[in-house]
Amino acid sequence: MIAVSVSSGTLVLVGAVFLACAVEMVEALTIVFAVGHTRGWRSAFEGTAAALAALAALVAVFGPALVHVPLTWLRLIVGGVLLIFGMQWLRKAILRSTGLKAKHDEDAIYQETVAELQVATGSDRDRIAFVMAFKGVFLEGLEVVITVLTLGTSAHRLGLAVVVAALAVVIVAVVGAVVAKQLSKVPENAMKMSVGVLLVSYGTFWVGEGLKVRWPGGDTFLAGFVVLYACVCWALVTMITPQHPSNPVKVDA
Amino acid sequence: MTKQTPLVIRLIKGFALFWWDFLVGDTPELFIAALVVIAVAAWLSESIHANTTAVVVLPVLVIAALTVSVRRAVSAARRK
Repeated sequence: MIAVSVSSGTLVLVGAVFLACAVEMVEALTIVFAVGHTRGWRSAFEGTAAALAALAALVAVFGPALVHVPLTWLRLIVGGVLLIFGMQWLRKAILRSTGLKAKHDEDAIYQETVAELQVATGSDRDRIAFVMAFKGVFLEGLEVVITVLTLGTSAHRLGLAVVVAALAVVIVAVVGAVVAKQLSKVPENAMKMSVGVLLVSYGTFWVGEGLKVRWPGGDTFLAGFVVLYACVCWALVTMITPQHPSNPVKVDA
Repeated sequence: MTKQTPLVIRLIKGFALFWWDFLVGDTPELFIAALVVIAVAAWLSESIHANTTAVVVLPVLVIAALTVSVRRAVSAARRK
């Protein structure tokens, strides 16, 4: 029973971190490709490297600090944050699945970024490319850092979370380099839906743990939450979809 | 917030704005729902020691919050 509990908790952690990192990496990579193709790869790589260094510094500073926060408080706060974050992801993914919100279109983001970069000319050329790549990687990376730090420290598996995140980043980078700007083929909404389910599951579980709720079966209950929330999402998508078979995008939020 | 504003103030404001966008953003109902979930779970677990009820109520409240938020978005889309 203990082995099953540990592996189910670990599996959810690995899945949540890997998918969240992969999704954010796809978004960051799209921006870097757009910058590289438009302005040259040197500035794109410099911006990316600077952003990665800044993110690494954040992990180095806040990672060890979080470990010293009492576990019940850490799990309550992290659980609350993950609940909010996860519900936001799920809401967007459900609305996208039903056609009420535009799906994240990497091709459109690529074209927008290229257009933005082509307008700006002159001596600021390299600086603009650097800032664009830095912003793209840093902002998307920040979500990865928050996910890795909160999930990793609360589960007392920060090392595992960091390794899984790095693996996701490398895999997406390699695949991205091979397929160039064909990142729109990635089933991003399905991945976001999965991440949302995992984050809300962890959020619910840790809010309970932080408030000394005793879950039947311990960590195994986490897997039950994953199944429950996945079913709820499926039900919500099914309930809403038939009423809007081919509606255009209407939801802004 | 001009360039004359001290760097520290700009950093603090930027930090606060980041967390506001991150946690509240365009879905304040989900932020409030999470606080309600925590408050109810705390009351059930810590005050009246109703562990079994907390085990059931916690996910039910989360599902209710998500459903209400999605329904609100759908209703808003229909009104447009």
